[in-house]
Amino acid sequence: MYNYPDSKGHFGPYGGIYMAETLMPAVEELRRQYEHFRDDPEFKAEFAHELKYYVGRPSPIYHAKRLSEHFGGAQIYLKREDLNHTGAHKINNAIGQALLAKRMGKKRVIAETGAGMHGVATATVAARFGMECVVYMGAEDVQRQAPNVFRMKLLGATVIPVESGSRTLKDACNEAIRDWVTNVETTFYIFGTAAGPHPYPMLVRDFQCVIGNEAKVQMPELIGRQPDAVIACVGGGSNAIGIFHPYIDVPNVKLIGVEAGGHGIESGSHAAPLTGNAKVGVLHGNKVYLMQDENGQIIETHSISAGLDYPGVGPEHCLLKDIHRAEYVAINDDEAIDAFDALCRFEGIIPALESSHALAHAMKIAPTMGKDKALLVNLSGRGDKDMNTVAKIKGITL
Amino acid sequence: MSRIQAAFEKLKVQQRRALIPFVTAGDPNPQVTVPLMHGLVEAGADVIELGVPFSDPMADGPTIQRASERALKHNVSLRDVLGMVAEFRKTNASTPVVLMGYGNPIEAMGWETFAKSAAAVGVDGVLTVDFPPEESHEAFAHLEAHGLDPIFLLAPTTSDERIAEVAKLARGYVYYVSLKGVTGAGHLDLDAIAEKLPHLRKYISLPIGVGFGIRDAETALAVAKLCDGVVVGSRIVQEVENSTEQDVVANVGKLVKELRQAIDKA
Repeated sequence: MYNYPDSKGHFGPYGGIYMAETLMPAVEELRRQYEHFRDDPEFKAEFAHELKYYVGRPSPIYHAKRLSEHFGGAQIYLKREDLNHTGAHKINNAIGQALLAKRMGKKRVIAETGAGMHGVATATVAARFGMECVVYMGAEDVQRQAPNVFRMKLLGATVIPVESGSRTLKDACNEAIRDWVTNVETTFYIFGTAAGPHPYPMLVRDFQCVIGNEAKVQMPELIGRQPDAVIACVGGGSNAIGIFHPYIDVPNVKLIGVEAGGHGIESGSHAAPLTGNAKVGVLHGNKVYLMQDENGQIIETHSISAGLDYPGVGPEHCLLKDIHRAEYVAINDDEAIDAFDALCRFEGIIPALESSHALAHAMKIAPTMGKDKALLVNLSGRGDKDMNTVAKIKGITL
Repeated sequence: MSRIQAAFEKLKVQQRRALIPFVTAGDPNPQVTVPLMHGLVEAGADVIELGVPFSDPMADGPTIQRASERALKHNVSLRDVLGMVAEFRKTNASTPVVLMGYGNPIEAMGWETFAKSAAAVGVDGVLTVDFPPEESHEAFAHLEAHGLDPIFLLAPTTSDERIAEVAKLARGYVYYVSLKGVTGAGHLDLDAIAEKLPHLRKYISLPIGVGFGIRDAETALAVAKLCDGVVVGSRIVQEVENSTEQDVVANVGKLVKELRQAIDKA
């Protein structure tokens, strides 16, 4: 029986609480509150209500028939998280944490964001529940995800571009942590992925498990059984753990996490700590596989997709890799773009560049499988935010 | 007796407070660090906190973050920092040196290897900002095995249970972070420190150093009256930043001398 994390937040050798002393009481308080509310019927009912009437859940599973036919192998099914309010899975977690923040009496929420989807989700719930919202975003990401920056501002959030380091997601995390250290008594940190200090990896996973729990009901309705494999992209890994976790104890369902291969694993210019055999290290409150140099300095990552452009990965994915319950592969920038194009043309769905990585891997393995096989891809977000990036790659001026 | 303990006992006899300056190793370049350390001692430092540069210093403000970035431009590694301490020890056998930084560079080297090398070159204490007691037991067993003092932080938010836990694990001295925030931020709340210190002393028998927000002789003196040691970080790093390679040792020395004179009035 798979049952992680332990009471101290460890997923085997991974996870834990590696935080500065000032934040330890805040993290401890969050754990206590969450452990209290996670089984509270009123909390659960409010969360379910918000997911249904505000987010629009359950999200459908769609059989991508033309795409499947084109590749001539396994049938490809898409879990349509892109149809959620705000356009990605991130809202599931943001709602859950906002409900906790409300119960803890916090009037100010902060968040880090990479592609901007978590920032938009946080700005959205902050507006929905009447909270002040500050979002930290790497200056490089502010540029490549300009539409999301505007969305956050429309929703009343303050977006602070982070100029330090590589000016991407990890630096936004650093800055959000600095804010939290300074304003710990008034502020709730709505962390966006299933990583960070305990209880975040557990809490974010639990809120995202709605994805896998729905799929487990929907797949038998559609095809009379569970899929042969579940495929999801992995940056920090919240959409992946959300769809994987309910399947961990289900036999014969392969779980495949797809990391950002960037310019290729061999080039060193990627964001794939699991596939690239990164060493274990400590960053942002947890012990995980971490891209670093021989001296323990975190190295700059690269991915076409801002949401995957992160040197670490959630601790539960590290464990699932070690115990071989999930396998992890990498998809390069150009393969992700091809998958992006294919879904647009064959199915009339514009996927996020993050989700395009998962899709690309499905397209790669589908032709090697029989037509009676089923692949479930978590289409974690929509691609509207990526128009500038894709246009630039194609040499088009908008 | 450890160097840290000896230093504090000597101060106690003299009825003086410790002055504990912080500089980042390799800032602005690796050649400056050892002369700078000697300069700190000549100007009146009792313990030196030597920052190990890290790419992602989450608990630090912009000043110390920039210091890390300057050092990392020269690829200053933990191994290099140990080399600097070895060099410093060639002519100074008594001033305690505490390495301060984040856990990952040590994780990368391996705690056992690190503890052995650090003890061999004459490091006295180790403060890893992001390793709280909960995650420190195994790592710190290696420090203890090689006679290195684990230095812990306490914050205004720290609960009594945690203070008691730190009291059990800490050696050398305990570092009280006087405000909620990153290094170099905000201004001091002296009343809050005055209220907190007697409470901490109920649990902690080691000397207590106070840092964060000490910017000049005046604040150094005010804080010195309340505790056993005054830690000054960002203000000194700022002086390094504003100096040239030629005058950095003199400029920092002048600042530390002022701080020394101030806290000796306590």
